[in-house]
Amino acid sequence: MKGNEAIAEAAILAGCRHYFGYPITPQTEVAAYMAKRMPKIGGTFLQAESEVAAINMVIGVASTGKRCMTSSSSPGISLKCEGLSYLAGCDLPALVVNVERGGPGLGGIQPSQSDYFQATRGSGHGDFRMIVLAPASVQEMADLTVKGFDLAEKYRVTTMLLADGTMGQMMEPVSLEAPAVTEYDKSWAVTGTNCERKHNIINSLSLIPEELEQQNIERFERYAKIEENETMYEEFMMEDAEIAIVAFGVAARISKNAILAAREKGIKVGLIRPITLWPFPKAPIAKAAAQVKEFISVEMNMGQMIEDVKLAIGCSRPVSLVNRVGGMIPSPEQVLARIEEIAGGNGK
Amino acid sequence: MIVFDKPKSLTDAPLHYCPGCTHGIIHRLVAEAMDELGIEGQSIGVAPVGCAVMAYNYFACDMVQAAHGRAPAVATGLKRADPSKIIFTYQGDGDLASIGTAETVHAAARNENITIIFVNNAIYGMTGGQMAPTSLPGQVTQTSPYGRDTATQGFPIRMCEMLAQLDGASYLERVAVNNVKNVKNAKKAIKKAFQNQIEGKGFSLIEVVSTCPTNWGMTPEKALEWVDEKMIPYYPLGVYKDKYAEEAAK
Amino acid sequence: MTTQILIAGFGGQGVLFSGKFLAYKAMMEDSQVSWLPSYGPEMRGGTANCSVIVSDSPIGSPIVNNPDVLIAMNLPSLDKYENSVVPGGIIIVDSALIARKVARTDVKVFYIPATQMASDEGITTLANMIIAGKLIRECDAISHDNIEAVMGKIVSARHKELLDLNLKAIELGYNYEG
Repeated sequence: MKGNEAIAEAAILAGCRHYFGYPITPQTEVAAYMAKRMPKIGGTFLQAESEVAAINMVIGVASTGKRCMTSSSSPGISLKCEGLSYLAGCDLPALVVNVERGGPGLGGIQPSQSDYFQATRGSGHGDFRMIVLAPASVQEMADLTVKGFDLAEKYRVTTMLLADGTMGQMMEPVSLEAPAVTEYDKSWAVTGTNCERKHNIINSLSLIPEELEQQNIERFERYAKIEENETMYEEFMMEDAEIAIVAFGVAARISKNAILAAREKGIKVGLIRPITLWPFPKAPIAKAAAQVKEFISVEMNMGQMIEDVKLAIGCSRPVSLVNRVGGMIPSPEQVLARIEEIAGGNGK
Repeated sequence: MIVFDKPKSLTDAPLHYCPGCTHGIIHRLVAEAMDELGIEGQSIGVAPVGCAVMAYNYFACDMVQAAHGRAPAVATGLKRADPSKIIFTYQGDGDLASIGTAETVHAAARNENITIIFVNNAIYGMTGGQMAPTSLPGQVTQTSPYGRDTATQGFPIRMCEMLAQLDGASYLERVAVNNVKNVKNAKKAIKKAFQNQIEGKGFSLIEVVSTCPTNWGMTPEKALEWVDEKMIPYYPLGVYKDKYAEEAAK
Repeated sequence: MTTQILIAGFGGQGVLFSGKFLAYKAMMEDSQVSWLPSYGPEMRGGTANCSVIVSDSPIGSPIVNNPDVLIAMNLPSLDKYENSVVPGGIIIVDSALIARKVARTDVKVFYIPATQMASDEGITTLANMIIAGKLIRECDAISHDNIEAVMGKIVSARHKELLDLNLKAIELGYNYEG
C-alpha cells in the first residue's frame, strides 16, 4: 500500500467521515482514495474550490465535534495557514496532512522536509502550536494518522502529519485495524441547542485584552501538558553511541543505513528519531549530550531542525548538518562520510 | 396582551450597531423567520468578519465565527457534518463579494443546501468606511476619497445577477429594509430562504440592501432615502432566480 | 540478505507496475519490501523509475542508489545508471530499444529484446513484464512460484484478460534463452 493511501484508509478506520481537499502533487492519492471510499461508507468527500475553502470546511465539521481532515502539499499548506490559525483560536480538533515537496514558491514535486519551520513554528498568525507527527514508514503513516485524531480531540488542537513526499509515494506492507476510539467531552460543539441549553459559540474573536491574554495562557498550559505526556521518539543503537544522529522521516531511514555501515567499521554511532517534531524530544537529546561527543542533524532542508537540536543541548556539543535540498535526498554514503570525519578526530 | 415582543431566536445581548444602522432590523427578520419555522434549536449560524462579526452574541442558536469571507465554506462543512441541521451565514459585502467571492460562487455552484443572508451597504463599515466591491461609481469613501473612479477602481459587483448565471443556485432575491413595505418583503424572502433549506431545495441567498449612516456621513433618515435614490437604481430589487418556481411554471 | 532493484525507463512503459509486481511477489514470500517511484510531472513519456528493495531484515533507506539489479528499458536509463550497479550485480537490457552494449565487465548482463517480443506476441504494452520474468529467472531474491496468485492481487478482477496476458509475458521472459 502507498503511504498516501495508508493515511486515507487509517483515517476511515479511525472514524473520519469527512474529507475536504484540493489536488496537489505529491499527496493527490489521499484525495483520490477518499473520493472512492467515502461515498461507499456514507461519508463526505468534497473537492473544494481552493485550499483555503477546504480548511474552512474542516473548521465547519470540526465545530460539530466530528472527526475530519484535509491533506495537501507544501504550497497548499501555506494557503491553509489562515485556517490553521483559526482552528487554534477556536480550540478545534482536526487532522491536517502535509506531504512535503521542495520549495519555496512553487518549488518542485520531489520529496522535501523544508516545511519543518512552518509546521513547528509558523503555521499562521498568533501564538499557537500544532502537534506535528513525522512518520518514517508506511505503517507509521497509518498509525500516526490514528494517533493524530486521538491527540487532536484529547487536547482540542490541530495535529499535523508531516510526511516527506517519499513517505507518501512509497509502498510497504502495512497492517490496518480499526482502533479503539476514546470518546472525549464535546459539550462545546455546535450541534443545535434543541432549545434545551444556552447556545454554544465557536469563536476566535476576543476584543478584551485581559480575556485574550487569559485564553492564550490557558492554551499554553494545555500545550505544556502535551509536551509532558505526548513526546514521542525512537532511539536506535544509542546505548554506547559516541556520535548521535538526529533525523526524522526518510532521512532517519537513510541514517540507519549509514549507522549500520559505520558500526561495521567499529564507529559507535546511534540515532535519535523524533516522531513528534512538536513537542520536540528535548530530553533524550539533552541526555545524549552527556554521552556523545558530537551530533549530526540529517535533514532535507537547509538546516531547520538543527536549531532545535542545538537548543535541546544548550549548544554544549558541536552539531553539524548533513543535508540535500530541492527534492534531492541525502545518501547513506554522504551521512557515513560525515560520521567518519568526526570519528577520525578532526571533526571537520 | 403582548403585541410586540423580542423573537425567541435573539438573545438579550444589547446590539452594538450604530444608531440608524439597519443590521438590527435584519437580525430581527432572521430571528422571526427562525421562530416562525420553529428551527432555532436545530439551527447553526455562521458570523462573518465585518460589522456583524459579533452576530454570534445576538442569535440564540449555536454559532460559529468564520474567517473573513470563509463563511460559505464553514457552512458547507457544518451542513455536510449533519444535513438535518439548518445552516445559515450572515455576511456583509466586503466579506461575501470581495475576499470571499470564491467561497460564495462555489457554494452556489454546488447548490449547497444553506441559506445566506447578504447585507449590502456598499461600504466596509467596521474598519471605518473603505470602498467595498459594491460601492457605487463616484461614491466617496475613505479609500476612494475623490469618488470611486471606475477607470482605476473598477465597477461594483451585482452578486444576485452574477450568481443567477449558475445552474447550481436555487433561489436569489434582492430586498431592502428602508421602508415598511420593503421590510415586509424582506421578511418574506428570508423566511422562504430558510423554508427552501428545510425542503432540501439547495442554495438560497437573500441580498439585503442596507445602510451605513455613520460611514455614508448621513443622518439615518437621509440614509434610508439614499437607498431609494442611489442604491436601488443600481441594485434593483426582485427575484433573480427561483429554480423551483421556474420548474413549476414549465 | 538484501537485494536492491532499480527499474528505469520512460513513463508509460509500465516501470512502476512491474516494480509493484516484484514487491508484492517478495512480500508474499515473507520478505521485507519497499517500493518507491520517481517520475517527472508528465503522465506519459517522461522519465520514470522505481526502487524495489527485498530483504530478510527491516529496510532502512527505501532509496536505491547502488542497485544489485538494474533493469534498463531505454538508453538514457542505461547511460545514467550503468555505473551505479554494484560489482557482481546484474543488468538486464531491453535490447530492442537499446542498441549499445554494456561497457562494464564486472557485472552479469542479460540482453532481451522485450519490446520486440511483446510486439511479436501482440502484447505490445507488456515488455515490462517480459523483463520481470527474466529478472525472476536470473535473480535469486524472487522465486518463480505462485506468480498467478500474486498477479491476482494486483490486477483487478474486472480485467481478467489482462491477468492472463501478464502471466504470458512473464513466462516469455522467464523462458527466454539469450
